[in-house]
Amino acid sequence: MFENFQFDSLADFMAMSGHGPYVWSAYGISALVLFYLAVLPLRRRREFLATLNEQQSEEA
Amino acid sequence: MWQFIKKWFHRFGTPRWFYHTTSRWLPWLALVSIGLLVLGSIWGLGFAPEDARQGNSYRIIYIHVPISVLAMVGYYIMAAAGAVALIWKIKLADMVMVSAAPIGAAFTFLALLTGSIWGKPTWGTYWVWDARITSMLVLLFLYLGVIALNQAFTSRDTAYKACAILSLVGTVNIPIIYKSVDWWYTLHQPATIKLTGASTIHPDMLKPLLVMIVGFYCFYALLLILHTRVEILRRERRSSWVKGLIR
Repeated sequence: MFENFQFDSLADFMAMSGHGPYVWSAYGISALVLFYLAVLPLRRRREFLATLNEQQSEEA
Repeated sequence: MWQFIKKWFHRFGTPRWFYHTTSRWLPWLALVSIGLLVLGSIWGLGFAPEDARQGNSYRIIYIHVPISVLAMVGYYIMAAAGAVALIWKIKLADMVMVSAAPIGAAFTFLALLTGSIWGKPTWGTYWVWDARITSMLVLLFLYLGVIALNQAFTSRDTAYKACAILSLVGTVNIPIIYKSVDWWYTLHQPATIKLTGASTIHPDMLKPLLVMIVGFYCFYALLLILHTRVEILRRERRSSWVKGLIR
């Protein structure tokens, strides 16, 4: 499984024999979009509950 | 049987039940999906062998294929939820349908983007009007259409029916996307993993891909649950159980 690392060095790993910019940008942008998709509902939920809390303390 | 399914949906298909049950699932789902995605990425980026013809650019496959699969599966989930909402008038199904649309749109966008980036070193171009790519673009517009329709109506009753019908009509596009690489053999390579017959991919490359596919299925489920929960809170904000959440 993880016995043979395919690259000689970290620089080699980043360069991916010339394909580095393509591979890393694809992974980077995907990670950003997926992270945003997960954080968005969490933030909305927190905001919703905060608003609800305010409304209830006004009523009380 | 039909009556049983209907009863089951009505008993367990309440937004409140969904909200409370998924609270317990979320930490596990997050742990498993993120764990698998990190493992699969490290494996695919650093340890899977280099492709003889495409070199290292092929490593994009580990995100491109699972994301594209989920973009299509997500469409079926949205359409199925739409059908349940139409047939049984179940509010939760409507909430799942409208939550699946933005997630699906984002996945389809990423499928096109990662494919485009992969295309440059492999085909020498970022974009070509190949059958697979064009039908994926249609899928993106279908998702965007559902999002737009959902916001276009002030009446919830009209909105969900319009969204459900568009979702259901749009399902004809999914088999077209799936078979496009065989029907119009243009530029996009045919499927490397086959359900029937031998896969045309080396086992050392296949294993991390399977880890990523399972990881993305779990992550998609996590996203759909998270988005549906917010939709539930928003729509049920006047109910006593939502008001009881903060105390």
